[in-house]
Amino acid sequence: MVKVFERAGFPIVHMCNLIPVSTTVGANRMVPTISIPYPLGDPNTPEEEQWKLRFHRVGVALDALATPVEEQTVFKVKI
Amino acid sequence: MAKKVIYYVNQFFGGIGGEDTADFEPEIREGAVGPAMAANAALEDAEVTHTVICGDNFMGSNTDEALERIAGMLEGKEMDLFIAGPAFQAGRYGVACGNVCKMVAEKFGVKTLTSMNVENPGVDMFKAYTIIMDGANAAAQMRKDMKNMMKVANKILAGEELEGPKAEGYFATGRRIEKFLEDVHENTAAARGVAMLIKKIKGEPYQTELEIPKKDLVPVAEPVADLSKANIAMVTTGGIVPVDNPDRIQSASATRWGRYNIAGVDALPNRAANGYKTIHAGFDPAAADANPNVIMPIDAMREYEKEGKIGKLHDYFYSTVGTGTTESEASRMAEEIIPYLQEDGVDAIILTST
Repeated sequence: MVKVFERAGFPIVHMCNLIPVSTTVGANRMVPTISIPYPLGDPNTPEEEQWKLRFHRVGVALDALATPVEEQTVFKVKI
Repeated sequence: MAKKVIYYVNQFFGGIGGEDTADFEPEIREGAVGPAMAANAALEDAEVTHTVICGDNFMGSNTDEALERIAGMLEGKEMDLFIAGPAFQAGRYGVACGNVCKMVAEKFGVKTLTSMNVENPGVDMFKAYTIIMDGANAAAQMRKDMKNMMKVANKILAGEELEGPKAEGYFATGRRIEKFLEDVHENTAAARGVAMLIKKIKGEPYQTELEIPKKDLVPVAEPVADLSKANIAMVTTGGIVPVDNPDRIQSASATRWGRYNIAGVDALPNRAANGYKTIHAGFDPAAADANPNVIMPIDAMREYEKEGKIGKLHDYFYSTVGTGTTESEASRMAEEIIPYLQEDGVDAIILTST
């Protein structure tokens, strides 16, 4: 799906846990998430911590959309 | 003395349980468990001495640690061949089998073997590192996949040369193996090349001796010039839908997708509040049912919209299920979504996957 959207001209970020899979399939902008069942907020942590992580990683994804890249790039996250 | 085989399966095939046990930490058991029993029965002069079991999510989320622990378990054990799977079209399981086989081959210098369907992402990731049999897409074909895999296993254990990917039914590993043809002039490279060229010129079918694999990359799209004016759309393959799943999107091997209006919604309400849930059959839905924003982060996007970091969050999000879904179906669904994005002047997309 990512490739079809990008081919249509949309800059797109793939947020996923299995980055190697995304790389193999051919996403160009990628931001890692923390797990498969809960990509953006571990239910074993307090709500506030989940929110911080989610807000941070979505922010990284937005910045990635505005960042020029030459090749497949995995953007770094801090939390 | 009989040769020794060690086997790898996930939590499901290891009999631990379903998705609720996908975080199962690696464990080694004596003897054959699950599919390893069928393998053991098909081995000619060898036996499965141990079975390693690991949950797919544990492997997916803690790959280095899982591999390190499994390496520790295998340390000092005799092993002539390592077998994993078959993984069919199960993406996480296929990647797990590939990772384990690669590690075993590199660390212990032992031949490894697994089986996957061509649509499994593990094929492209690991075919250069392990023999991957060209397998079926569903576990109903276990018997057939197992038969093909064990045929090759017995050959490897007997020290026989494999006859190449096409003849044996595995994915080309990208390695060339030297083979001597009968010493006549028709067999020289020059004669073979010219024969191929003549066929090509005549428009006849011919088979290259060296296939170059293609990687289908898409040119990188230009970045958004000004985020604060951009209209951003959200898409997910994590199966987030209204609780009544109005579009009846399938829980696996999806062919349908939905678009759901989120205008004015600050955060997706959860299942208990009669809001949204996940119908994805590939993981435990508890976390996403309790808070669908962990997969479809409307709450964070709305906050960025309020802050002015982005111009606008597109009024709809789009959803389907990514497990068992073929690339061709996924492509078609994306094609169908695109006109809606263009109509509203969407500038960029975030796609979340599980």
